[in-house]
Amino acid sequence: MIRPLEITSLTKTFGPHVAVKDFSIKVPPGEFVSLLGHSGCGKSTVLSIVAGLQQATFGGVVIDGVEVDTPGLDRGVVFQSPSLLPWMTALDNVMLAACQAHPKQTPAGQKDLCLKYLGLVGVSEFAHQLPAELSQGTQQRIAIARALVLEPRFLLLDEPFGMLDSMTRFELQDLVLELWEKDRRTVMLVTHDIDEALYLSDRIVLMTDGPEARVGLDLAVTLPRPRDRSVANENPEYMRLRGEVIRFLEHHSKQFANERAA
Amino acid sequence: MKKRLGNFALALVGVALVGALWAITSATIAPDLPSPLKTWEESKIYVMQPWEKRGEMDQGILRMASYSLWRVAKGFLLAILIGTPLGFILGASNLFYKMFDPTIQVLRPISPLAWLPLGLILFRQSEPAALFTIALCSMWPTVINTMQGVRAIPQDYHNVAKVLRLSPWRRLTKIWIPATLPFMFSGYRLSLGLAWLVIVAAEMLTGTPGVGGFLWQEYNSLIYSHILLCILTIGIVGFALDRLMGVAEARLRAA
Ligand SMILES: Nc1ncnc2c1ncn2[C@@H]1O[C@H](COP(=O)(O)OP(=O)(O)OP(=O)(O)O)[C@@H](O)[C@H]1O
Ligand SMILES: [Mg+2]
Repeated sequence: MIRPLEITSLTKTFGPHVAVKDFSIKVPPGEFVSLLGHSGCGKSTVLSIVAGLQQATFGGVVIDGVEVDTPGLDRGVVFQSPSLLPWMTALDNVMLAACQAHPKQTPAGQKDLCLKYLGLVGVSEFAHQLPAELSQGTQQRIAIARALVLEPRFLLLDEPFGMLDSMTRFELQDLVLELWEKDRRTVMLVTHDIDEALYLSDRIVLMTDGPEARVGLDLAVTLPRPRDRSVANENPEYMRLRGEVIRFLEHHSKQFANERAA
Repeated sequence: MKKRLGNFALALVGVALVGALWAITSATIAPDLPSPLKTWEESKIYVMQPWEKRGEMDQGILRMASYSLWRVAKGFLLAILIGTPLGFILGASNLFYKMFDPTIQVLRPISPLAWLPLGLILFRQSEPAALFTIALCSMWPTVINTMQGVRAIPQDYHNVAKVLRLSPWRRLTKIWIPATLPFMFSGYRLSLGLAWLVIVAAEMLTGTPGVGGFLWQEYNSLIYSHILLCILTIGIVGFALDRLMGVAEARLRAA
Protein backbone atom coordinates (compact mmCIF):
# COMPACT_ATOMS: atom_id res chain seq x y z
CA MET A 1 0.00 0.00 0.00
CA ILE A 2 1.43 3.36 -1.00
CA ARG A 3 1.39 5.92 1.75
CA PRO A 4 1.08 9.67 1.43
CA LEU A 5 3.95 12.09 1.71
CA GLU A 6 3.61 13.59 5.14
CA ILE A 7 4.87 16.94 6.31
CA THR A 8 4.41 17.09 10.07
CA SER A 9 4.79 20.15 12.29
CA LEU A 10 7.52 21.43 10.06
CA THR A 11 9.32 24.36 11.64
CA LYS A 12 12.26 26.24 10.18
CA THR A 13 14.15 29.00 11.89
CA PHE A 14 16.94 31.16 10.50
CA GLY A 15 18.73 32.39 13.60
CA PRO A 16 16.11 34.23 15.63
CA HIS A 17 13.74 34.42 12.66
CA VAL A 18 11.03 31.74 12.66
CA ALA A 19 10.18 31.45 8.96
CA VAL A 20 7.81 28.48 9.06
CA LYS A 21 6.08 27.07 12.12
CA ASP A 22 4.01 23.91 12.57
CA PHE A 23 3.35 23.42 8.89
CA SER A 24 1.55 20.10 8.36
CA ILE A 25 0.00 18.53 5.26
CA LYS A 26 -0.43 15.06 3.81
CA VAL A 27 -0.10 14.61 0.09
CA PRO A 28 -1.65 11.40 -1.24
CA PRO A 29 0.13 9.63 -4.09
CA GLY A 30 -0.64 11.05 -7.51
CA GLU A 31 -1.98 14.34 -6.21
CA PHE A 32 -1.12 17.65 -7.82
CA VAL A 33 -0.82 20.11 -4.98
CA SER A 34 0.14 23.78 -5.17
CA LEU A 35 1.68 25.86 -2.42
CA LEU A 36 0.45 29.42 -2.67
CA GLY A 37 1.22 32.45 -0.54
CA HIS A 38 2.61 35.94 -0.47
CA SER A 39 6.20 36.50 -1.49
CA GLY A 40 8.62 35.62 1.27
CA CYS A 41 6.14 33.60 3.32
CA GLY A 42 8.26 30.46 3.18
CA LYS A 43 7.04 28.43 0.22
CA SER A 44 10.50 27.77 -1.13
CA THR A 45 11.71 26.90 2.34
CA VAL A 46 9.06 24.19 2.68
CA LEU A 47 9.77 22.84 -0.79
CA SER A 48 13.52 22.75 -0.33
CA ILE A 49 13.10 20.87 2.94
CA VAL A 50 10.97 18.31 1.10
CA ALA A 51 13.72 18.19 -1.54
CA GLY A 52 16.26 17.62 1.22
CA LEU A 53 18.29 20.71 0.35
CA GLN A 54 17.64 22.21 3.78
CA GLN A 55 16.95 20.59 7.11
CA ALA A 56 13.92 21.30 9.25
CA THR A 57 14.55 22.77 12.67
CA PHE A 58 11.67 20.77 14.16
CA GLY A 59 9.27 18.31 12.63
CA GLY A 60 9.94 17.10 9.16
CA VAL A 61 9.04 15.17 6.06
CA VAL A 62 8.15 11.49 6.03
CA ILE A 63 8.04 9.37 2.88
CA ASP A 64 6.93 5.74 3.25
CA GLY A 65 7.29 5.96 6.98
CA VAL A 66 10.90 7.10 6.69
CA GLU A 67 12.00 10.59 7.63
CA VAL A 68 13.94 12.26 4.82
CA ASP A 69 16.56 14.92 5.44
CA THR A 70 18.78 14.51 2.38
CA PRO A 71 18.06 14.84 -1.34
CA GLY A 72 17.01 11.67 -3.11
CA LEU A 73 16.56 10.45 -6.63
CA ASP A 74 12.92 9.70 -5.79
CA ARG A 75 12.36 13.47 -5.86
CA GLY A 76 12.92 15.40 -9.08
CA VAL A 77 13.38 19.14 -8.55
CA VAL A 78 12.92 22.03 -10.97
CA PHE A 79 13.96 25.46 -9.81
CA GLN A 80 12.84 28.89 -10.90
CA SER A 81 15.97 29.37 -12.99
CA PRO A 82 16.72 26.44 -15.31
CA SER A 83 20.06 25.87 -13.52
CA LEU A 84 21.52 23.98 -16.47
CA LEU A 85 25.27 23.62 -16.48
CA PRO A 86 26.34 26.06 -19.21
CA TRP A 87 29.38 24.05 -20.35
CA MET A 88 27.29 21.00 -21.24
CA THR A 89 24.89 20.43 -24.10
CA ALA A 90 21.22 19.86 -23.33
CA LEU A 91 21.73 16.13 -23.75
CA ASP A 92 24.75 16.04 -21.45
CA ASN A 93 22.85 17.95 -18.80
CA VAL A 94 20.14 15.32 -18.86
CA MET A 95 22.74 12.54 -19.11
CA LEU A 96 24.24 13.72 -15.83
CA ALA A 97 20.94 12.88 -14.16
CA ALA A 98 20.40 9.67 -16.15
CA CYS A 99 23.78 8.27 -15.08
CA GLN A 100 22.83 8.85 -11.46
CA ALA A 101 19.37 7.36 -11.62
CA HIS A 102 20.07 4.43 -13.94
CA PRO A 103 23.64 3.38 -13.18
CA LYS A 104 23.02 -0.18 -14.33
CA GLN A 105 21.95 0.84 -17.82
CA THR A 106 24.49 0.89 -20.63
CA PRO A 107 25.56 4.36 -21.79
CA ALA A 108 23.53 3.78 -24.95
CA GLY A 109 20.48 2.90 -22.87
CA GLN A 110 20.96 6.00 -20.75
CA LYS A 111 21.24 8.13 -23.83
CA ASP A 112 18.06 6.66 -25.30
CA LEU A 113 16.28 7.45 -22.07
CA CYS A 114 17.51 11.05 -22.20
CA LEU A 115 16.41 11.44 -25.79
CA LYS A 116 13.03 10.01 -24.88
CA TYR A 117 12.47 12.60 -22.18
CA LEU A 118 13.88 15.42 -24.27
CA GLY A 119 11.33 14.36 -26.88
CA LEU A 120 8.58 14.23 -24.30
CA VAL A 121 9.19 17.84 -23.33
CA GLY A 122 9.47 18.76 -27.00
CA VAL A 123 13.11 19.79 -27.37
CA SER A 124 14.71 16.85 -29.23
CA GLU A 125 16.04 19.16 -31.89
CA PHE A 126 18.12 21.12 -29.36
CA ALA A 127 19.78 18.08 -27.77
CA HIS A 128 23.25 19.02 -28.97
CA GLN A 129 23.09 22.71 -28.25
CA LEU A 130 24.48 24.61 -25.29
CA PRO A 131 21.99 26.23 -22.90
CA ALA A 132 23.17 29.75 -23.75
CA GLU A 133 22.00 29.25 -27.33
CA LEU A 134 18.46 28.40 -26.23
CA SER A 135 15.48 30.44 -25.03
CA GLN A 136 14.48 30.52 -21.38
CA GLY A 137 11.44 28.39 -22.14
CA THR A 138 13.50 25.76 -23.91
CA GLN A 139 16.02 25.75 -21.09
CA GLN A 140 13.26 25.21 -18.58
CA ARG A 141 11.91 22.33 -20.66
CA ILE A 142 15.36 20.74 -20.53
CA ALA A 143 15.42 21.24 -16.78
CA ILE A 144 12.08 19.43 -16.61
CA ALA A 145 13.50 16.59 -18.72
CA ARG A 146 16.45 16.39 -16.34
CA ALA A 147 14.05 15.95 -13.42
CA LEU A 148 11.87 13.45 -15.31
CA VAL A 149 14.74 11.24 -16.42
CA LEU A 150 15.18 10.29 -12.78
CA GLU A 151 11.70 8.75 -13.10
CA PRO A 152 11.02 10.10 -9.65
CA ARG A 153 7.96 9.51 -7.52
CA PHE A 154 7.71 13.17 -6.64
CA LEU A 155 8.13 16.21 -8.80
CA LEU A 156 8.98 19.33 -6.81
CA LEU A 157 8.60 22.55 -8.75
CA ASP A 158 9.61 25.92 -7.30
CA GLU A 159 8.02 28.64 -9.43
CA PRO A 160 9.24 26.88 -12.56
CA PHE A 161 7.40 29.30 -14.84
CA GLY A 162 8.21 32.46 -12.91
CA MET A 163 10.83 33.76 -15.33
CA LEU A 164 8.87 33.07 -18.52
CA ASP A 165 6.68 35.34 -20.61
CA SER A 166 2.99 34.55 -20.42
CA MET A 167 2.71 32.69 -23.74
CA THR A 168 5.62 30.40 -22.87
CA ARG A 169 4.22 30.02 -19.38
CA PHE A 170 0.93 28.69 -20.79
CA GLU A 171 2.80 26.25 -23.00
CA LEU A 172 4.84 24.91 -20.13
CA GLN A 173 1.84 24.67 -17.82
CA ASP A 174 0.14 22.52 -20.43
CA LEU A 175 3.28 20.43 -20.77
CA VAL A 176 3.50 19.77 -17.04
CA LEU A 177 -0.19 18.93 -16.95
CA GLU A 178 0.10 16.56 -19.88
CA LEU A 179 3.08 14.81 -18.28
CA TRP A 180 1.27 14.54 -14.98
CA GLU A 181 -1.83 13.06 -16.59
CA LYS A 182 0.33 10.48 -18.32
CA ASP A 183 1.99 9.00 -15.25
CA ARG A 184 0.33 10.62 -12.22
CA ARG A 185 3.42 11.34 -10.24
CA THR A 186 2.86 13.34 -7.08
CA VAL A 187 3.54 16.97 -7.92
CA MET A 188 4.23 19.76 -5.48
CA LEU A 189 4.22 23.17 -7.14
CA VAL A 190 5.22 26.43 -5.52
CA THR A 191 3.71 29.46 -7.20
CA HIS A 192 2.22 32.84 -6.53
CA ASP A 193 0.08 32.81 -9.64
CA ILE A 194 -3.52 32.12 -8.60
CA ASP A 195 -4.77 31.12 -12.04
CA GLU A 196 -1.84 28.79 -12.52
CA ALA A 197 -2.62 27.04 -9.24
CA LEU A 198 -6.33 26.75 -10.12
CA TYR A 199 -5.63 25.51 -13.62
CA LEU A 200 -3.19 22.82 -12.59
CA SER A 201 -3.88 21.52 -9.12
CA ASP A 202 -6.18 19.12 -7.30
CA ARG A 203 -5.60 21.08 -4.18
CA ILE A 204 -4.17 24.42 -3.13
CA VAL A 205 -2.44 24.87 0.18
CA LEU A 206 -2.46 28.54 1.10
CA MET A 207 0.18 29.71 3.52
CA THR A 208 -0.20 32.53 6.01
CA ASP A 209 2.28 35.40 5.83
CA GLY A 210 5.54 34.83 7.62
CA PRO A 211 7.08 34.92 10.07
CA GLU A 212 5.75 31.72 11.59
CA ALA A 213 4.00 30.82 8.35
CA ARG A 214 1.73 27.80 8.45
CA VAL A 215 -1.20 26.32 6.53
CA GLY A 216 -3.88 28.99 6.38
CA LEU A 217 -6.38 27.36 4.05
CA ASP A 218 -6.42 23.94 2.47
CA LEU A 219 -8.60 24.23 -0.61
CA ALA A 220 -9.74 21.34 -2.81
CA VAL A 221 -9.96 22.38 -6.45
CA THR A 222 -13.10 20.59 -7.49
CA LEU A 223 -13.03 21.68 -11.13
CA PRO A 224 -13.39 18.77 -13.53
CA ARG A 225 -10.54 17.94 -15.90
CA PRO A 226 -9.60 18.62 -18.60
CA ARG A 227 -9.80 22.27 -17.74
CA ASP A 228 -10.03 25.03 -20.28
CA ARG A 229 -8.16 28.22 -19.59
CA SER A 230 -10.06 30.28 -22.15
CA VAL A 231 -13.52 29.78 -20.64
CA ALA A 232 -12.45 29.70 -17.00
CA ASN A 233 -13.86 33.18 -16.45
CA GLU A 234 -17.33 31.98 -17.34
CA ASN A 235 -17.24 29.04 -14.94
CA PRO A 236 -19.04 29.95 -11.69
CA GLU A 237 -17.18 27.26 -9.72
CA TYR A 238 -13.86 28.61 -10.97
CA MET A 239 -14.85 32.13 -10.00
CA ARG A 240 -15.97 30.96 -6.56
CA LEU A 241 -12.63 29.25 -5.88
CA ARG A 242 -10.71 32.18 -7.25
CA GLY A 243 -12.67 34.52 -5.00
CA GLU A 244 -11.91 32.37 -2.01
CA VAL A 245 -8.17 32.36 -2.73
CA ILE A 246 -8.09 36.10 -3.28
CA ARG A 247 -10.13 36.76 -0.15
CA PHE A 248 -7.65 34.72 1.82
CA LEU A 249 -4.60 36.41 0.35
CA GLU A 250 -6.09 39.90 0.71
CA HIS A 251 -7.51 39.63 4.20
CA HIS A 252 -7.00 36.43 6.12
CA SER A 253 -3.35 35.65 5.54
CA LYS A 254 -2.56 38.88 7.41
CA GLN A 255 -5.27 38.38 10.01
CA PHE A 256 -3.60 35.22 11.14
CA ALA A 257 -0.42 37.15 11.69
CA ASN A 258 -2.29 39.89 13.56
CA GLU A 259 -4.11 37.40 15.75
CA ARG A 260 -0.83 35.95 16.79
CA ALA A 261 0.66 39.34 17.47
CA ALA A 262 -2.30 40.31 19.68
CA MET B 1 40.96 46.39 -39.65
CA LYS B 2 41.70 50.02 -40.35
CA LYS B 3 41.39 50.76 -36.66
CA ARG B 4 43.84 47.99 -35.77
CA LEU B 5 46.33 49.36 -38.24
CA GLY B 6 45.93 52.78 -36.68
CA ASN B 7 46.53 51.37 -33.21
CA PHE B 8 49.63 49.59 -34.41
CA ALA B 9 50.97 52.80 -35.92
CA LEU B 10 50.33 54.62 -32.66
CA ALA B 11 52.21 51.92 -30.75
CA LEU B 12 55.16 52.35 -33.13
CA VAL B 13 55.14 56.08 -32.50
CA GLY B 14 55.28 55.33 -28.79
CA VAL B 15 58.28 53.06 -29.26
CA ALA B 16 60.03 55.69 -31.35
CA LEU B 17 59.43 58.36 -28.71
CA VAL B 18 60.83 56.19 -25.93
CA GLY B 19 63.81 55.39 -28.16
CA ALA B 20 64.38 59.07 -28.71
CA LEU B 21 64.22 59.72 -24.99
CA TRP B 22 66.76 56.96 -24.50
CA ALA B 23 69.09 58.48 -27.12
CA ILE B 24 68.80 61.97 -25.62
CA THR B 25 69.40 60.70 -22.11
CA SER B 26 72.54 58.84 -23.08
CA ALA B 27 73.81 61.84 -25.07
CA THR B 28 73.26 64.32 -22.25
CA ILE B 29 72.89 63.41 -18.60
CA ALA B 30 73.93 59.72 -18.58
CA PRO B 31 77.11 59.24 -20.55
CA ASP B 32 77.52 55.67 -19.20
CA LEU B 33 74.24 54.64 -20.79
CA PRO B 34 74.95 53.26 -24.28
CA SER B 35 72.93 54.93 -27.01
CA PRO B 36 70.43 52.83 -28.99
CA LEU B 37 72.82 52.72 -31.91
CA LYS B 38 75.77 51.61 -29.77
CA THR B 39 73.62 49.01 -28.09
CA TRP B 40 72.71 47.59 -31.44
CA GLU B 41 76.31 47.64 -32.70
CA GLU B 42 77.61 45.77 -29.70
CA SER B 43 74.70 43.31 -29.40
CA LYS B 44 74.28 42.58 -33.08
CA ILE B 45 76.13 39.32 -32.89
CA TYR B 46 73.78 37.93 -30.23
CA VAL B 47 70.71 38.87 -32.23
CA MET B 48 71.96 37.94 -35.69
CA GLN B 49 73.24 34.55 -34.52
CA PRO B 50 70.60 33.90 -31.91
CA TRP B 51 71.26 30.20 -31.53
CA GLU B 52 75.07 30.30 -31.46
CA LYS B 53 76.95 28.81 -28.52
CA ARG B 54 80.43 30.25 -28.10
CA GLY B 55 80.92 29.58 -24.42
CA GLU B 56 79.03 28.92 -21.18
CA MET B 57 77.94 32.53 -20.80
CA ASP B 58 78.51 33.64 -24.39
CA GLN B 59 75.51 32.42 -26.34
CA GLY B 60 72.96 33.78 -28.79
CA ILE B 61 70.08 35.64 -27.24
CA LEU B 62 67.41 33.15 -28.22
CA ARG B 63 69.46 30.32 -26.79
CA MET B 64 69.83 32.24 -23.54
CA ALA B 65 66.15 33.04 -23.50
CA SER B 66 65.30 29.40 -24.12
CA TYR B 67 67.28 28.36 -21.02
CA SER B 68 65.34 30.88 -19.00
CA LEU B 69 62.04 29.86 -20.54
CA TRP B 70 62.67 26.22 -19.79
CA ARG B 71 63.45 27.07 -16.17
CA VAL B 72 60.34 29.22 -15.94
CA ALA B 73 58.27 26.45 -17.47
CA LYS B 74 59.38 24.00 -14.82
CA GLY B 75 58.88 26.44 -11.96
CA PHE B 76 55.51 27.55 -13.31
CA LEU B 77 54.36 23.95 -13.72
CA LEU B 78 55.36 23.28 -10.14
CA ALA B 79 53.47 26.39 -9.05
CA ILE B 80 50.21 25.44 -10.74
CA LEU B 81 50.47 21.79 -9.74
CA ILE B 82 50.62 22.87 -6.13
CA GLY B 83 48.58 26.05 -6.40
CA THR B 84 45.50 24.71 -8.15
CA PRO B 85 44.60 21.97 -5.66
CA LEU B 86 45.46 24.32 -2.83
CA GLY B 87 43.08 26.90 -4.27
CA PHE B 88 40.36 24.28 -4.56
CA ILE B 89 40.76 23.20 -0.97
CA LEU B 90 40.76 26.77 0.32
CA GLY B 91 37.71 27.64 -1.77
CA ALA B 92 35.77 24.57 -0.75
CA SER B 93 36.43 24.56 2.96
CA ASN B 94 35.82 27.49 5.22
CA LEU B 95 37.85 25.78 7.89
CA PHE B 96 40.95 25.59 5.70
CA TYR B 97 40.36 29.10 4.48
CA LYS B 98 40.29 30.50 7.98
CA MET B 99 43.27 28.38 8.93
CA PHE B 100 45.57 29.27 6.04
CA ASP B 101 44.44 32.56 4.56
CA PRO B 102 46.40 34.71 7.04
CA THR B 103 49.57 32.69 6.41
CA ILE B 104 49.15 33.04 2.67
CA GLN B 105 48.65 36.77 2.97
CA VAL B 106 51.95 36.95 4.85
CA LEU B 107 53.86 34.70 2.44
CA ARG B 108 52.53 36.38 -0.69
CA PRO B 109 54.46 39.67 -0.61
CA ILE B 110 57.83 38.04 0.13
CA SER B 111 60.34 38.87 -2.61
CA PRO B 112 62.18 36.18 -4.58
CA LEU B 113 65.41 37.67 -3.28
CA ALA B 114 64.36 36.57 0.20
CA TRP B 115 63.34 33.03 -0.81
CA LEU B 116 66.40 32.22 -2.87
CA PRO B 117 68.94 31.94 -0.06
CA LEU B 118 66.52 29.70 1.77
CA GLY B 119 66.25 27.53 -1.33
CA LEU B 120 70.02 27.33 -1.57
CA ILE B 121 70.22 26.23 2.05
CA LEU B 122 67.52 23.63 1.53
CA PHE B 123 68.71 22.17 -1.76
CA ARG B 124 72.42 23.08 -1.82
CA GLN B 125 72.23 23.44 -5.60
CA SER B 126 71.34 26.43 -7.67
CA GLU B 127 68.93 24.80 -10.11
CA PRO B 128 66.43 23.36 -7.60
CA ALA B 129 66.78 26.51 -5.51
CA ALA B 130 65.78 28.57 -8.54
CA LEU B 131 62.75 26.37 -9.22
CA PHE B 132 61.75 26.51 -5.57
CA THR B 133 61.87 30.29 -5.67
CA ILE B 134 59.97 30.60 -8.92
CA ALA B 135 57.26 28.22 -7.75
CA LEU B 136 56.90 29.81 -4.35
CA CYS B 137 56.68 33.34 -5.70
CA SER B 138 54.44 32.71 -8.67
CA MET B 139 51.98 30.33 -7.00
CA TRP B 140 49.80 32.87 -5.19
CA PRO B 141 47.70 34.27 -8.03
CA THR B 142 46.81 30.69 -9.00
CA VAL B 143 45.87 29.84 -5.44
CA ILE B 144 43.83 32.97 -4.91
CA ASN B 145 42.04 33.01 -8.27
CA THR B 146 41.17 29.32 -8.06
CA MET B 147 39.87 29.87 -4.57
CA GLN B 148 37.72 32.78 -5.66
CA GLY B 149 36.47 30.76 -8.61
CA VAL B 150 35.33 27.96 -6.35
CA ARG B 151 33.63 30.42 -4.04
CA ALA B 152 31.86 32.04 -6.98
CA ILE B 153 30.16 28.83 -8.11
CA PRO B 154 26.45 29.70 -8.10
CA GLN B 155 24.31 28.07 -5.42
CA ASP B 156 22.14 26.76 -8.27
CA TYR B 157 24.92 24.44 -9.41
CA HIS B 158 25.48 23.20 -5.88
CA ASN B 159 21.77 22.48 -5.62
CA VAL B 160 21.82 20.54 -8.87
CA ALA B 161 24.74 18.48 -7.57
CA LYS B 162 22.84 17.79 -4.38
CA VAL B 163 19.49 16.84 -5.87
CA LEU B 164 21.24 14.56 -8.35
CA ARG B 165 23.31 13.10 -5.52
CA LEU B 166 26.55 13.42 -7.44
CA SER B 167 29.54 11.72 -5.87
CA PRO B 168 32.39 13.97 -4.73
CA TRP B 169 34.43 12.93 -7.76
CA ARG B 170 31.67 13.77 -10.25
CA ARG B 171 30.95 16.99 -8.41
CA LEU B 172 34.61 17.94 -8.91
CA THR B 173 34.89 16.92 -12.55
CA LYS B 174 31.43 17.83 -13.80
CA ILE B 175 30.79 21.03 -11.89
CA TRP B 176 33.65 22.44 -9.85
CA ILE B 177 36.44 22.27 -12.39
CA PRO B 178 34.46 23.51 -15.41
CA ALA B 179 32.90 26.28 -13.34
CA THR B 180 36.29 27.40 -12.03
CA LEU B 181 38.28 27.03 -15.24
CA PRO B 182 38.10 30.69 -16.36
CA PHE B 183 39.22 31.87 -12.92
CA MET B 184 41.98 29.29 -12.87
CA PHE B 185 43.29 30.51 -16.18
CA SER B 186 43.34 34.14 -15.09
CA GLY B 187 45.40 32.91 -12.18
CA TYR B 188 47.75 30.98 -14.46
CA ARG B 189 48.29 34.03 -16.60
CA LEU B 190 49.25 36.16 -13.62
CA SER B 191 51.40 33.35 -12.24
CA LEU B 192 53.31 32.98 -15.47
CA GLY B 193 53.98 36.71 -15.52
CA LEU B 194 55.33 36.51 -11.98
CA ALA B 195 57.43 33.44 -12.78
CA TRP B 196 59.10 35.34 -15.59
CA LEU B 197 59.66 38.29 -13.28
CA VAL B 198 61.33 36.03 -10.74
CA ILE B 199 63.60 34.22 -13.20
CA VAL B 200 65.95 37.13 -13.62
CA ALA B 201 66.51 37.50 -9.91
CA ALA B 202 66.98 33.76 -9.54
CA GLU B 203 69.52 33.55 -12.34
CA MET B 204 71.37 36.64 -11.18
CA LEU B 205 71.90 35.24 -7.73
CA THR B 206 72.71 31.70 -8.81
CA GLY B 207 74.77 32.63 -11.87
CA THR B 208 73.12 30.03 -14.07
CA PRO B 209 73.08 30.52 -17.85
CA GLY B 210 70.01 32.34 -19.11
CA VAL B 211 69.00 35.92 -19.81
CA GLY B 212 69.24 36.88 -16.15
CA GLY B 213 72.58 35.20 -15.63
CA PHE B 214 73.95 36.80 -18.77
CA LEU B 215 72.71 40.20 -17.65
CA TRP B 216 74.50 39.93 -14.34
CA GLN B 217 77.71 38.68 -15.92
CA GLU B 218 77.78 41.54 -18.41
CA TYR B 219 77.19 44.00 -15.59
CA ASN B 220 80.24 42.60 -13.85
CA SER B 221 82.26 42.82 -17.06
CA LEU B 222 81.06 46.41 -17.58
CA ILE B 223 79.47 45.76 -20.99
CA TYR B 224 76.42 47.90 -20.44
CA SER B 225 74.96 47.59 -23.89
CA HIS B 226 74.41 43.87 -23.28
CA ILE B 227 72.44 44.73 -20.16
CA LEU B 228 70.10 46.76 -22.33
CA LEU B 229 69.85 43.88 -24.77
CA CYS B 230 68.84 41.59 -21.92
CA ILE B 231 66.30 44.05 -20.59
CA LEU B 232 64.70 44.36 -24.00
CA THR B 233 64.64 40.60 -24.42
CA ILE B 234 63.08 40.05 -21.01
CA GLY B 235 60.38 42.57 -21.81
CA ILE B 236 59.57 41.18 -25.22
CA VAL B 237 59.49 37.56 -24.05
CA GLY B 238 57.31 38.51 -21.08
CA PHE B 239 54.95 40.35 -23.39
CA ALA B 240 54.76 37.35 -25.73
CA LEU B 241 54.05 34.97 -22.85
CA ASP B 242 51.26 37.16 -21.56
CA ARG B 243 49.71 37.45 -25.01
CA LEU B 244 49.83 33.69 -25.42
CA MET B 245 48.08 33.11 -22.13
CA GLY B 246 45.63 35.87 -23.02
CA VAL B 247 44.67 34.05 -26.18
CA ALA B 248 44.24 30.77 -24.29
CA GLU B 249 42.11 32.55 -21.72
CA ALA B 250 39.91 34.17 -24.34
CA ARG B 251 39.40 30.81 -26.04
CA LEU B 252 38.28 29.40 -22.73
CA ARG B 253 35.83 32.18 -22.02
CA ALA B 254 34.33 31.88 -25.46
CA ALA B 255 33.85 28.10 -25.08
N1 LIG C 1 19.10 31.08 4.13
C1 LIG C 1 18.29 31.94 4.73
N2 LIG C 1 18.75 32.70 5.75
C2 LIG C 1 17.94 33.59 6.39
N3 LIG C 1 16.66 33.79 6.08
C3 LIG C 1 16.13 33.07 5.08
C4 LIG C 1 16.91 32.12 4.35
N4 LIG C 1 16.13 31.55 3.40
C5 LIG C 1 14.92 32.12 3.55
N5 LIG C 1 14.91 33.04 4.55
C6 LIG C 1 13.76 33.83 5.00
O1 LIG C 1 12.68 32.95 5.19
C7 LIG C 1 11.49 33.52 4.69
C8 LIG C 1 10.86 32.60 3.67
O2 LIG C 1 11.68 32.56 2.50
P1 LIG C 1 11.27 31.74 1.21
O3 LIG C 1 12.33 31.94 0.20
O4 LIG C 1 10.92 30.37 1.60
O5 LIG C 1 9.95 32.50 0.76
P2 LIG C 1 9.06 32.29 -0.55
O6 LIG C 1 7.66 32.13 -0.06
O7 LIG C 1 9.62 31.21 -1.38
O8 LIG C 1 9.21 33.68 -1.26
P3 LIG C 1 9.17 34.01 -2.83
O9 LIG C 1 7.74 33.96 -3.22
O10 LIG C 1 9.70 35.41 -2.89
O11 LIG C 1 10.02 33.01 -3.52
C9 LIG C 1 11.84 34.89 4.14
O12 LIG C 1 11.52 35.85 5.12
C10 LIG C 1 13.32 34.82 3.94
O13 LIG C 1 13.89 36.08 4.14
MG1 LIG D 1 10.56 31.17 -3.36
